[in-house]
Amino acid sequence: MASYNTSEFRSGLKIMLDGDPCSIIENEFVKPGKGQAFSRVKIRNLKNGRVLDKTFKSGETLEAADVIDIEMQYLYNDGEFFHFMVPENYEQHAAEANAVGDTHLWLKAQDMYEVTLYNGSPIGVAPPNFVELEVTETDPGLKGDTAQGGTKPATLETGAVVKVPLFIEIGEVLRVDTRSGNYMSRVKK
Amino acid sequence: MTWRPSASLTVIQQRARIYRQVRAFFDARECLEVDTPLLSPSTNTDANIESIKASSLGQTLYLQTSPEFAMKRLLAAGSGSIYQVCHAFREGEKGRRHNPEFTLLEWYRIGFDYQQLMDEMEMLIDDVSDELNQYQRISYRQLVLDHIGVDIDKIELLDLRERVDKLVPGTRSAELDVDQCLDLLISLIIAPEMKGYVFVYDYPVSQAALARVKMSNPTVAERFELFYNGLELANGFSELCDSPQQRQRFEKDNNRRLGAGLEPYPIDELLLSALSSGLPECAGVAIGLDRLLMVLLGKDSIDQVLSFVD
Repeated sequence: MASYNTSEFRSGLKIMLDGDPCSIIENEFVKPGKGQAFSRVKIRNLKNGRVLDKTFKSGETLEAADVIDIEMQYLYNDGEFFHFMVPENYEQHAAEANAVGDTHLWLKAQDMYEVTLYNGSPIGVAPPNFVELEVTETDPGLKGDTAQGGTKPATLETGAVVKVPLFIEIGEVLRVDTRSGNYMSRVKK
Repeated sequence: MTWRPSASLTVIQQRARIYRQVRAFFDARECLEVDTPLLSPSTNTDANIESIKASSLGQTLYLQTSPEFAMKRLLAAGSGSIYQVCHAFREGEKGRRHNPEFTLLEWYRIGFDYQQLMDEMEMLIDDVSDELNQYQRISYRQLVLDHIGVDIDKIELLDLRERVDKLVPGTRSAELDVDQCLDLLISLIIAPEMKGYVFVYDYPVSQAALARVKMSNPTVAERFELFYNGLELANGFSELCDSPQQRQRFEKDNNRRLGAGLEPYPIDELLLSALSSGLPECAGVAIGLDRLLMVLLGKDSIDQVLSFVD
């Protein structure tokens, strides 16, 4: 397996740390003029999402992690696994619930997601920044009340619950920011 | 990538202004401006500094990591006090505060010791910053004691590593020696707590570099550094004039390099000959001009003061 020297560290690099695949978020070069150089690194553990601070002496190496991010289409959930497909070659991958994590709230069949494979198996699924989902449940809309600031909860087709303006009705399609979980706008059908 | 400069035009003009002030400062003190080669067949043997290689006519040459060796040959030849504004090069040093090619102002004062040179640095910095600044001076030992409660004269390596584990979790401290532990603690814990201009002096003799050992206390060397808000700006010495001792240090450096899996560098025999022929008692310092510009102009990245960083 390939390995990386501290001088090759950069954000996005996938490395193995304590047996887990990790991604480098930030790398800072620290060196006194006549002293030892170090790399201060923020690292995300790709299995549990935890962020760690590590300090390496320059010249230390870390094993490369066999991790790749691939755009895949979400197909369906069979009750246990979430199934994804690479559109180019129809290759399918089944992801466990803990690999999908909170992203399950934004999974809509046919839409594209970034699936992270570690040694060929999914360990993470990232949604696009914005998704468009239909409202399946909410209190009746208040007609004409477009200017007021009030909000109410609305359940979307994936099960996600977001705060929406009072005028939103069942059956409408909303644009939602997956990073914050915030309602952005209505989408014209 | 853009063809445009990395620094703003205002910064480029400020750099020119500072160069003018620096030259006026030294002209007024009858220091001679000199110019020495960037390329040399030998280089700095320091185990923590990597040189960039070049070649010409089948010979390996090194881009200087500082103009120190050539300037000392001028001093030994009777130049009197000298200064130089030049570029220096260090392989692999890239970050918010580092660039592999950077600018140094280096000067040597005949008859000065390191304390007198610190006095002169204060005058120079007041001059280029157009104000009277406050400066602190603290010994290396006191600095470490004040900030992390460790007395470096008494602590053992294992205790020091324990301190690293506590203060900088996530470090493979077992692989660090005493100086590396101290480098780490100063860079990450102590420097961020340092406010304003601070001279740190009397470095452990294991970090003497090219400084002479202090007569009254042989555990330290007459070396100092200047920091501003924790940013390292300058490094200076009462210069070591003893050729055999200098040769021993170069050889020790190269042994350390071998031990660390680095290639040894050719020792500068011409510098050693110059020291043998007689280097006048002097003190010298190099100040990183890019970093000084960062401080004076309030920039937090070296890229903002360099014309290009392609």
